[in-house]
Amino acid sequence: MALISLKSVSYTYLKDTPLEKEALLNVSLNVEHGERIGILGKTGSGKSTLIQLIGGLIYPTSGEVYVKDKEIRKWNSKELCKIVGVVFQYPEYQFFAETVFEEVAFGPKNIGISEEKIEDCVKSALISVGLSYEEIKDRSPFHLSGGEKRRLAIASILAMDPEVLILDEPTANLDPRGKLQIMNYIDRWVDKKQKTLIIVSHDLDEVMRLVRRVIVLKAGEIIFDGPSERLFMSYDKLEEAELDLPEIVRLVKILQEKGYPIEGAFTVQEIVERILAYKGYKSLWKC
Amino acid sequence: MEVLKTFPIGQYIPANSILHGLDAKAKIIASFWLIVFIFLIRLNLSYLFFFLLIMLGIFLSSLPLKYFLRSLKPVYFLVLFTFIIHFFFGEEGGRVFWRFGIIHITELGIKMAIFMSLRLIFIVMITSLLTLTTSVLELAQALEDLLKPLKYFKFPVHEFSMMMTIAIRFVPTLLDETDKIIKAQKARGAEFGKGNIVNQAKSLLPVIIPLFVNAFRRANELAEAMESRCYRGGEGRTRYRRTYWTLKETSFIFFIGIYSALLLIFF
Repeated sequence: MALISLKSVSYTYLKDTPLEKEALLNVSLNVEHGERIGILGKTGSGKSTLIQLIGGLIYPTSGEVYVKDKEIRKWNSKELCKIVGVVFQYPEYQFFAETVFEEVAFGPKNIGISEEKIEDCVKSALISVGLSYEEIKDRSPFHLSGGEKRRLAIASILAMDPEVLILDEPTANLDPRGKLQIMNYIDRWVDKKQKTLIIVSHDLDEVMRLVRRVIVLKAGEIIFDGPSERLFMSYDKLEEAELDLPEIVRLVKILQEKGYPIEGAFTVQEIVERILAYKGYKSLWKC
Repeated sequence: MEVLKTFPIGQYIPANSILHGLDAKAKIIASFWLIVFIFLIRLNLSYLFFFLLIMLGIFLSSLPLKYFLRSLKPVYFLVLFTFIIHFFFGEEGGRVFWRFGIIHITELGIKMAIFMSLRLIFIVMITSLLTLTTSVLELAQALEDLLKPLKYFKFPVHEFSMMMTIAIRFVPTLLDETDKIIKAQKARGAEFGKGNIVNQAKSLLPVIIPLFVNAFRRANELAEAMESRCYRGGEGRTRYRRTYWTLKETSFIFFIGIYSALLLIFF
């Protein structure tokens, strides 16, 4: 069976109060080992609730969540941390330790990794996010730059070496270069270690490069679940979820309106090829 | 985090009722008076009429009774405790029903037990009537207006009320943040409330430290935001949401006043 599976899961905040709010409604999905999934939706669509459910941090109001065929409530929280690693939004706001080393070592220590192995864990986690272990390990986590803080926070989860890495808006509030860096480090780590990735975002352009499967949420319900290419072809779904079209899709749309037959093209290269073919030129890339 | 969800602050429930529509100043004056008033009347039929007044208030607030009963929850124990103390160990007087050592049940004791518990319940009900129908912001502003006379004694009324408003405003925010931090540390394998006291206290550090750091950061940001909008205290400051004392408020106060005067005269 699937690595993670949700069976008609609903979640209601502040149940039985006047402020009751349904965040998720009857959501079912399976995640297989090695998948790379993007969860999209605008604010309030239930993205964060969904990943908290998967991480066992909240329990569903109704329905069931299974991780490795075991119901989420039956998991010991420390054991679950070894399977599912959740990086929250603005993870740098959780820093508490005096040194970077202590900060990263917190997770591994909690899940019972032995003292002599912890240093290796911390070292490799910091390297995976492009921070130099020797230079940074004794510094205060509060005195790093914004981008470094974010990377450190991600490293503190990577150090636990979870099978599934879940990130909630990992690049929020960073400059474009910082965003790109973080996405690259995540990409490399997941690729090298053959992990499963779930990444939450409201920015299609950003996750497009990293994921192959996309789940779109709207008002707590899944309105799309499938390969990313298919989503980019269905403008109506994107518009329904009130998501901005990715730049490339916008370009394709505009060119199509101008009469170029480039339906289904997703890279600049493909678009150029199609237009050249249409105009009767030879392919640029072949000469 | 059940504690966080049931925290009593911010229990204001918006609705479109007569009580909601009243100026907060009038509601504060009335509640204050009624709480004082309940100490002035003796236990007899007047308590029934006081109860009727509260029921009228609940009716006028158009809120379901269950919210008022829920607000009694934190004082259930206190009421019970008061009742038992007075019932068994209270003042001696009137007929004696039973006596055993220091325990004694007398007519006056029973009367006082009922009397004191009812007082407590009524006080909580009145406060709930105020806080359920008035937002904290309205309350703070009304308080500022009511405390204005203290200005003559150099009391910083505006600063005081601004501090209160900000403190109250940030309670839900900080609670929310605590919840988030707890979840985030749980995701890093932290456990809370396990082991001996020293370990329990230690396990709270990863929550408390970020909470403080974030509170200071927020305070800094807020101060900067206020300064950059030229905030310099209450001098000449106007309000966005203004409330007016109209005939409605005057008649409300009159009604409460006459009602309580009649109770005092007749019982």
